[in-house]
This record gives sequence, structure tokens and C-alpha cells, in this order.
Amino acid sequence: MSRILPYPLLTLSLLVLWLLLQQSASPGHILLGLVAALLASRAMAALQPEKPRVVRFLPIFRLVGRVVVDILASNIAVSRLILNPNSDMTKSGFLTVPLVLKDRFGLAILSCIVTATPGSAWLEYNPEESEVLIHVLDIENDQEWIDTLKNRYEILLLEIFG
Amino acid sequence: MSGDQFPLWAAIAVSVLLVAGSLLTLAGCIGMVRFRSFYQRIHAPTIGTSFGTIFILAGSVVYFTVTQLRPAVHEVLIFVFVSVTTPVTLMLLARAALYRDRIERDPDVPPSKDPLDNAEMEASKQAPRRPAVKEA
Repeated sequence: MSRILPYPLLTLSLLVLWLLLQQSASPGHILLGLVAALLASRAMAALQPEKPRVVRFLPIFRLVGRVVVDILASNIAVSRLILNPNSDMTKSGFLTVPLVLKDRFGLAILSCIVTATPGSAWLEYNPEESEVLIHVLDIENDQEWIDTLKNRYEILLLEIFG
Repeated sequence: MSGDQFPLWAAIAVSVLLVAGSLLTLAGCIGMVRFRSFYQRIHAPTIGTSFGTIFILAGSVVYFTVTQLRPAVHEVLIFVFVSVTTPVTLMLLARAALYRDRIERDPDVPPSKDPLDNAEMEASKQAPRRPAVKEA
């Protein structure tokens, strides 16, 4: 199993990517995509990357749902801030947030979520103190940002990566 | 493709999605101009790469699904790649800005907590300071 399929999820994703790009699910394309995906997974195995340990899968969907809702809300909030000529642009600032999460993959996902959200950006993670420096557009609601990060995202990531 | 083959509901849906996506992306671009500091400007382009992209791609999915009479979903790939690469690029740019501002001892930027970084900052104090860009 592990010799032929060292990264089953990667192989499957590459096959899906191939079929989407070809816009076809004919047997020929499935075969060709499978060969390409298997070869690429073998190449990946040669790099010996650290494997993510996903303990629970269900919270992934809840996390995606929360992220979509929050990004839509902050899209609207930041657009209003930009388009309102009287808005105060000086309320932004830096914020240090202590984290419990230590898993490298969890931190990578959290950093992408925070940066992809308009209104907050992940700047620097300090592994010794386990805290992160983020920049937010609306520093007056700093407690709200910390709550969102810790109670909405970090809790689920801790569940996912155990 | 002639007009009578393309249903009105689809035309309205595609138009609404395209206009919504374009307006969000435009708001992000205006933000790049209106924001004052580099760190504020990091927040503006993510409007265009999140729901700006989602709405425009959703319009594309509706249009090509209706005209080709089969589901067109490969736009999802564009979204996946955009949403993975943009935050990584922005974080790299932000960290470079942070590093530079600390070297130049910008009072608005919080100091680094890494002792190695601070040793480097101390060393840079002895070195002759680079002339400011404005003087050049």
C-alpha cells in the first residue's frame, strides 16, 4: 500500500486536477491522469516531507463554513471602509495573539486563513513563546479579532490535528 | 451563440455575479490607493482574491454550464490556486517590510522577540546608516 501509494490523498487530488483540466472523465483520461498522479506521488515521496496527522475530518467542513462566512463579512466591512470617504484610516495596528496550536500544518492553515481575510494579516509566528503577531485594520475591536482567531479557528484546528 | 438560446435568467445571474465580483475587486484597488501604510495595503488585495474572484468565477461557471449544456467546474481550480498563493505572497512581503522597518528602527513597528534578530539589529546600529531614499 505505502510503496505504491505513499500519499493517497495527493494522488487522488492530482487525478482530480488532471480530469478537471482536461474537462473529461473518459477512461483514457482517467488512465493517463492516474499514471501522472502516481509518478508525481513517487517524486513527492523522494522528498520525504512530513505527513500531516489529521485526527478528525468532520471539523474540516465546519472550519470551511466558518471561514467562508467570516471572509464574506470582512469583504463587506473592508469595502465599506474603503469606499466611505469619511472613514478613519488611522485605526489599524499590530496585535500579539497567544496560541495553543503547535502543529505545523495547523499553523500554516491558520496563517493562510488570517491573511486571506481582508482586515487581518499574519505577520510573524514566534515558536518559543507560541504567539503570533498580526496586523488588523480595526484595532479598536482587538478583543473581537483575538476571539475569532482562538474560539472560531484555533479550536477547530486543534480538533482536526489532535 | 445567438440570444434566443441563452435564457434571460442565466443572463441576469451572470451579469449580477460579474458586476458584484468586479465591484469588490475595484474596491480592493481603491483601497491600495487610499490606505496609508504598507501594512494597511496588505488588506486591500485580499478582497479581490477572495469574493471578487469567487463571484467572477461563479459567473463563468453559470455561463459555460448553460451554453455548453454540461457542468463547467474547472474554474474551481483557479480559485484553489489563487486562494493558496495569495496569502503566502502577502506574508512574505509583510515579513520583508517588517524586517526592513526594524532595521530602520521605525517606532510604529513592534520589536522582534527573537534574540538572533535583535543581535542583528544591534550590529546594524554600528554600521553606517544607509542614506534615506528621499535624499537620493
